[in-house]
Order: sequence, then structure tokens, then C-alpha cells
Amino acid sequence: MTLANSKPQEFDRNMAAKVQLFITCLAEQFFPGVLERMVELLERLDVQVEFPEEQTCCGQPFFNSGFQSEARQVARKWLDIFARTEGFIVSPSGSCVDLVRHHYPELFPAGTPEHARALEVTSRVREFSEFLVKELHVTDLEARFPHKVTYHASCHLLRGLGVSEEPKTLLKNVRGLELVPLEGEQTCCGFGGVFSVIYPEVSRSMMEDKIRAIEASGAEAVVACDAGCLMNIAGGMRKAGSRLKALHLIEVLTAGQ
Amino acid sequence: MNPSSAPIDFRTNTQRVPRQIVTSVRKATTRFLGTRAGVVGQVENWEELREAGHNIRLHAINHLDHYLEQMERRVTEAGGHVHWASTAAEAREIVLSIARQHQAKSVVKAKSMATEEIGLNHFLEAAGIRALETDLGEYIVQMAGTGPSHIIVPAVHLTKEDIADLFSEKLHMDAPADPIRLAEIARQKLRQEFIAADMGISGANFLVAETGTVVMVTNEGNGRMCTTLPRVHVAVAGIDKIVPDWESLTVLLKLLARSATGQKITTYTSFITGPRRSAAEHGPQEFHLVLLDNGRSPALRDPLTRETLLCIRCGACLNVCPVYNHVGGHAYGWVYSGPIGSLLSPQLLGTKLAGDLPFASSLCGACGDICPVKLPIPQILLHLRRRVSEGDEIEPARSSRFARWGARVGAGVLTRPWLYRLTGSVLKLVQVPFRHDGWLAALPPPLNRWTMSRPLPAFNARFRGWWSQHQSTVKRS
Ligand code: SF4
Repeated sequence: MTLANSKPQEFDRNMAAKVQLFITCLAEQFFPGVLERMVELLERLDVQVEFPEEQTCCGQPFFNSGFQSEARQVARKWLDIFARTEGFIVSPSGSCVDLVRHHYPELFPAGTPEHARALEVTSRVREFSEFLVKELHVTDLEARFPHKVTYHASCHLLRGLGVSEEPKTLLKNVRGLELVPLEGEQTCCGFGGVFSVIYPEVSRSMMEDKIRAIEASGAEAVVACDAGCLMNIAGGMRKAGSRLKALHLIEVLTAGQ
Repeated sequence: MNPSSAPIDFRTNTQRVPRQIVTSVRKATTRFLGTRAGVVGQVENWEELREAGHNIRLHAINHLDHYLEQMERRVTEAGGHVHWASTAAEAREIVLSIARQHQAKSVVKAKSMATEEIGLNHFLEAAGIRALETDLGEYIVQMAGTGPSHIIVPAVHLTKEDIADLFSEKLHMDAPADPIRLAEIARQKLRQEFIAADMGISGANFLVAETGTVVMVTNEGNGRMCTTLPRVHVAVAGIDKIVPDWESLTVLLKLLARSATGQKITTYTSFITGPRRSAAEHGPQEFHLVLLDNGRSPALRDPLTRETLLCIRCGACLNVCPVYNHVGGHAYGWVYSGPIGSLLSPQLLGTKLAGDLPFASSLCGACGDICPVKLPIPQILLHLRRRVSEGDEIEPARSSRFARWGARVGAGVLTRPWLYRLTGSVLKLVQVPFRHDGWLAALPPPLNRWTMSRPLPAFNARFRGWWSQHQSTVKRS
């Protein structure tokens, strides 16, 4: 499907016509360009984009380090903010979506109104590539990126959300782009959030393996859909003095526009 | 390996892992995963089988009391003796007293994680009883004086050259670095031991309650020798090993062999129901089953950790774990390693000793996906992290005051949008002296824990500004 005939289908129109940006703290602090391109891209698809400005972070660092009561406070705040909005809640980071969609409800006892609210609000959350392919039914953005790239499957996107083909489908339709396989595509890059600072040495050797595999793939760039993996892999590449690039899917999909 | 009283320091352990160990481990795990994928691919309904395995195990541990009593009855009816050990110390004493009754001087052992868990070998040695491991891998690690580094391949961290050196040194011979010759040497040494041994000790892969049968799967045949040649056979098994009946067993055996070594069935599957019935039969004159709790009941009581006991110890989660593959088994500090070790050790030893381990995971989830009985490993890891950080009904919090303070301050910032935005702006400013070319190469603590491994992209919270400008242009146009 190309851009021309890829407008939201009738059935989805109301829901997909308007989206709420869930920008995530990592993307906000480190990848503002990705967020800006994401807004432009969605608007190009005639989606009305809104940005609930009160949002901060989803609380994943607390949740994953076992501080559940802090995670609950942050989750409550997030839910307050997004409960007031409508339409899909779209985010460029798979692991944040996984946390919100699958773990927020667990933070509140089943049967309570807060639990019900968590289920309701988080059912609207979508990762970016998932939103494009499954909700907007868009697979071709008429982008142009004449390079050899490979794809790293971020763990929570893959195993938490079950999103594996959507980003690749979008990449395959980019003009001039050659998608090459990555050995160990589904192996963790070593980020793991708090893991990377609790056990920096192990995290580093996992990351170095990932970079070796990317180099061996012959690609000029690796594409991923998670800010965490990208800062880890890009940082590792810089440290190694590598000429390779680590890009967010959105950066490739908006290239040449 | 005896659990010492010092807390397991996972980070320090990982810093001491020799590169060569990582290579050996990787080679083996890659091979196992490859053969596993092959045989699993041939099973049409693998996912259904996993589901069935999960349900069988869940049913068994949910009705553990019932099946354990049934097991006890059946073993007794078959002429065996059943002993209940609530702690490792009790289990060791039970085994020792059986050995003493029979004036046993030497014991041969089949591979058993339960006896590793209770540190049986050292205990028996201290009491003057020689305990010899007869599984090749266990034989090697016993000779090396270390513990197993993998639950099914104890010596996975050693190369054939390492083993040849070890044999040459300890057996005073010139051992070649040839796996077949090395196995031959071990076999010859062990044969005499089997015949001379007064008692055989084994573990159990499963306990079939319906008939009181101990099931053992092995590939070397040593298990069979240990359990049939000596006059007395003692099996030590965790209470979680129970399965209701033979039908359930069939499902689990299918899952176990394929997940562990990528075999359709292991070379030997032994079914032991009590001692021999008459002098004309082969087998031991006496059979004892020691049922080991050692922290399993508390794990069972907490609904959030209960499923830890579903584990059938196939080792697949170790093989697929990127952390395990980078550090090997000994870094986990106790007999259980990899993802399942990170669940078991904190529960069996307590979080005071093993509180590091639930964090020894990037939470990538590969373990949960491969587990043949669908143990929700990442979820339980998260729950144990919570136990360590915040404390729960089972144990008090073990986190540092600094960590707790950090979490409180962090949540304070993140629940106040203005403060969060301010922090973003402040970070953008204070980073200036450290920034170079859009990157921060070295930062002061605690952020140095990131930059020691790779630079951090410079803080660049500009999206909100862009957004308001974008909004006004959109409105204007
Ligand atoms: S947790 Fe699952 S994968 Fe790991 S050893 Fe146990 S049964 Fe095997």
C-alpha cells in the first residue's frame, strides 16, 4: 500500500484519526529529532497529533529495579494524564509501551477502579511501527534511503509486544534500501535499563557482540525501534570508533522527504 | 559447592571470568540450541506440548501435599524407605546416618543437583566417607575442586585441553586432549569404584507419585551403575520433582530431552521403584528416598514465586541467556546458574546472600520464551527484585539507603512535570563542560556506571520548544 491509498480505513478512522504522543523520557532527553520527525510523518498521513504536555516518564526504571511503590506513583500520574485524552497513544519506544500495556495493570489490585482504568487507558497504547502497520494499514511511506541496513529486534518490542515483522515491512518499502540479515537479530544488545549500570561490564560485552554482528552483516546502519537500545548501540559504536550508524526506524522512514 | 555465608557478589564475579571460559560456554550452548531447534522443529504441536507440560507441573505443585503422601505410600509399599528433610543440614544427616548404618566407606554418585545444593560431598568426606562423582562432567569438576557451571553440563566451562591437563595432574598420567580417550580414562577409573562402592547416591529427574517411581534420565549409564551395583541406593530429590502419573511423565520426558540436549530421548531412562524384590533380581537390597524441602515450601507459599517450582532443570534458559553466555555459571556464585539460578538462589539461600542475582538479567525475556514448561522467568525475576528493593512478607528489604533515597527523589521529580522539565533544562546546562561533539564521554558518579562502558548522548530536551513552535506554525497556516 502506498501513501496515496493508505489513508485510515473507515473502521479505524475515528480512533486513528487522532493520536496522543507518548514521547518517553529517553527519546525526549536524547533523541528529539526522532520525535519531531514522528510528528511530521503522522501529520503527513492526516493524523491529528496531540501532545499531553504533562507527561514525564513511564516509571520503567523504578519498576525494573524493584521499587514498585515508586513505579506505582509514576504510573498513576501517567494514567491521570492520558486518561483525559482520546485516540491511540503512540510511542517510538517498544519497551515503554510494553511496560505501560502489560505491567501498569499489575500495579493495581484486580477489581479496583484503578486497575480497570489502567486496563482501559493502556489498551490504547501502540508502538510506532505497530500503529502504522496494524492500525493505519500503512506500509510504504515513499521514503528514500539508498543504503544497506540491518535490523535489531529490541527485546520488549519483540517478546513483550510481539512486534517483529512490522518494522521490517516498513523498511523493505523504502526506496533504495537494502535490508540485510543480522546474525543474532533477536539477541539482547545488553542495555536492559538498570542492568546496564548495575553490571556495566557484562552489559558492555553484550553490546560489543551486537556491534560485531552488525559489522559482520555488511550494513552501513542498524535500525531499531527503542531509544534504550539505540543509545547503547550508538554509544558503543562511537566508543569503538566505528563508522556505522544506529538509527531509529523513524529516521529512515522520513529520509529523503 | 557449599553455600558460604558471604553474599554472592555477582559484579565482582563477572569481572574475574577468563575469556576462554566464555568461548567454551558459547560453543556448547550454541551447539545445544542448534540441536534443540532441530528436534523441536520436528514436533508439530510443540507449543501445545509446552502448555500441557506447564499445566501438569502446575497441577503437581498445587497439589504437592497430596502427591507427596502418595509417593511416600507407594515407595514404602514397594519396600523402600522415605525420609523428609526440611533443610539441607537435615538431608545431609539423613544420608550420613544411612551410610553409617551400613558402615559405608565409599559412595558412588550419579549426577544430582539436589546433592550439589546440600553440599553432600564435602560433608561425607568430612565424616570419613569417600564420595565419588561418576557422571563424567561431575567427575571432572569434582577433580577440579569446583562446582558445576551448568545444571546439565557441569564442566561446560572447560576445554578438552583443560580436562587433559587436569587428568594428567590429578591422575598422574599423560592424558591426551581427546574427548573419547578422556572419557575412556574416566570410565576405567570409575569401573573399579562402582564395584567397590558400599552405597550409591543419585538424584531424580522426576518422582512418579502413582507408582512411587524415581525417574532418572542420563546419557552415560553411570546412573544405572550407581543405583544397581551397590547394596544401598539413596535418592535425594527436591519435593518439587513430583509428577502425578505416567501419562504426565511422558509429556515431561518429551519436553526435557529435547530442551536439554536436543535429543528425542536420552540414552538411558531409568525407572526405580523400591529395592530389588528378591535375591535373584539385580538392584540394591535397600532403597531410600530423601525428600528435600530446603526453602521450597516458602517459594510455594508465595503465589508470585510459586511457579519457580515448575522447573524441570533442562538448562535451556541458561543456553539462551545472553548474560549466562557472557559470564559462565560460576559467576552466579552457587550451584544453580543462569536465569533459573537467579530465581532459585535468592529463594533457597535468601536475598541476603543472593540478592544480587535477580538483577543479573537484562530482562530480555529469551528464557521465558524457551522454557519447556513456560515458567514466567522474567516476571518472577521482577518480583524478586521487588523483594530485594522493597521487602515483602517473606524477607525485609536489602537495598541500600542510597538506592531507596534515589528512587524516592526520582519519583518525586517524575510526578512533578514542572520539576521534570526543569531537570531536563538543568542537565542540558551542567553537561556543557563534559560535552564533546554531541556526546558525554565521561561523567561523575553515579552516571559513570554508564560512561565507563560507552559514552552517553548529550542531553538535548528540545522537543517541547519545537512542539510549541510547530503548533503555532500549523495554526497560522
Ligand atoms: S526454568 Fe525452564 S528452561 Fe530453565 S531449566 Fe527450568 S525448565 Fe529449563
